[in-house]
Amino acid sequence: MSRSRTDQPLISVLAISAVIAAAILLLILLFLLRESWPVLNKVGILRFFTDDGWYPLEARFGLAPMLWATLAVGIGAVLVATPLGLAATLFTRFYAPRWLALPFQRMVALLAGIPSVVFGLWGLTVLVPFIAAFEPPGASLLAGILILTIMILPTIALTADAALAAVPEHYLRGSAALGFSRATTILGVLLPAAKAGITGGILLAAARALGETMAVLMVAGNVVQTPTSLFDPIRTLTANIALEMAYATGDHRASLFVSGLMLMGLVLVLAMSASRLGGGRLHG
Amino acid sequence: MFKINQLIASVLMLAITSLTYAADQKLVLTGSSTIAPLAVELGKRFEKLNPGVRVDVQSGGSSRGVSDARSGLADIGMASRALKDEEKDLKSFTIALDGIGVILHKDNPVKTLTDQQVIDIYTGKITNWRDVGGKDGRITVVNKAEGRSTLELFTHYYKLKNSDIKAQVVIGDNQQGIKTVAGNPGAIGYVSIGTAEFESGNGTPIKLLPMEGVAASVENVRNGSFPLSRPLNLVTKYVPMGLVKQFIDFTRSKEVADLVEAQYFVPLPH
Repeated sequence: MSRSRTDQPLISVLAISAVIAAAILLLILLFLLRESWPVLNKVGILRFFTDDGWYPLEARFGLAPMLWATLAVGIGAVLVATPLGLAATLFTRFYAPRWLALPFQRMVALLAGIPSVVFGLWGLTVLVPFIAAFEPPGASLLAGILILTIMILPTIALTADAALAAVPEHYLRGSAALGFSRATTILGVLLPAAKAGITGGILLAAARALGETMAVLMVAGNVVQTPTSLFDPIRTLTANIALEMAYATGDHRASLFVSGLMLMGLVLVLAMSASRLGGGRLHG
Repeated sequence: MFKINQLIASVLMLAITSLTYAADQKLVLTGSSTIAPLAVELGKRFEKLNPGVRVDVQSGGSSRGVSDARSGLADIGMASRALKDEEKDLKSFTIALDGIGVILHKDNPVKTLTDQQVIDIYTGKITNWRDVGGKDGRITVVNKAEGRSTLELFTHYYKLKNSDIKAQVVIGDNQQGIKTVAGNPGAIGYVSIGTAEFESGNGTPIKLLPMEGVAASVENVRNGSFPLSRPLNLVTKYVPMGLVKQFIDFTRSKEVADLVEAQYFVPLPH
């Protein structure tokens, strides 16, 4: 692309915006580091992984159980929501009658806009007592996974829908010319062609699941332990910050910022694998 | 000439208005989320009685109230507990009382628990309601998150460390605790008596357990017979003077008893 002189103002505006966006991320990282530095300096990063139990007021800083719990609830939700979200999209795009497809799609979009605290309240008053009737206490990893599933399902469905819509028309025509059935067209042509977009949507949903705080805090029980069953109550890194930050001072407060750092690290790893997996290949 | 007069007049006007703005006084209160809603109401009435004064209330826990009062970030800290030994350099003023009560689901047939039974349940030695005279069923222990004054008071009374407690659910505020117990017939939790009495009076399926034979009620907190109660304190760094003194005297006076009761706390005896 050649740069004409009229492009110059636009280029500078874009460049400044890009720098600001990057700088904000960097500033957040620096802020987290600065706030957690007192305790990192005193006890060392290693003890956050090796301490048995999280009792910051008794100088025990084990965050590892919460790291596993965050991963478990996030991965669990993605595993349940991905097939459901994809199925919903494929159904509305290719099989549902028109009168059903449009309202259905609107409803999925609406689901994406419901505030997380509403899901949390519903979970606390309906879902948790329901699970407790089978396996007390009810507030559990399972409740967290189910709530997150409902929350990220629309993200997966909507991004998959957009990715499928972006598949070039001639792919479909080619498929039709070869006499493929609708199922073969979907599984053999469309899904592989839209793979990058769909994967991107799933990773976006995973990031949301890892970062979600309020709803999980209300239904997951918040007991600090490494989950060994679906019915174990768990505490995620975000819930840990939200539960204790308002009441924390000194090392306790600083160690909560370490929770934040760890979460940020988790999301960074996710983003890196996203660029690996989705890596630039469009309609491959 | 006329223009200059006008100029002088407007400058004077400006000076006068800024002077009156400067005369506006502001009181900042931070701390206990238990006291904050009450402090907001107290502040509103104080503002009405004293035009030109603004009372700014922020919650964030008793520990924050104490540290903000010490650092000067707040004029007055709010702490829903007595001062600890290392905080005795500060001045504290009780404005009301609050009791902490153990709550169960309404359908739980257990009528009373001894202190030892509560301790055994919270430390995981007793895990079935059958062992304390209830129906067969697993006990769900509801505990508060670390740093909350309710937790501190509870563990202090039962001489427990937070790390001794084997909880199945950890909660943030009183409301979340009440909803958790109301939704689980096998749950046991502890919350502010005022809030619990209000909720059970409004049909929430929970009940307060008596302690050492004393019913958990606002009445028994007031007359001092309920063992697990706490003072709601305002905390200052120095002996209060001026506006701070005026506000603290106001919050401890008989004229605000109705506000204290409206928040389901117990006013000071007058």
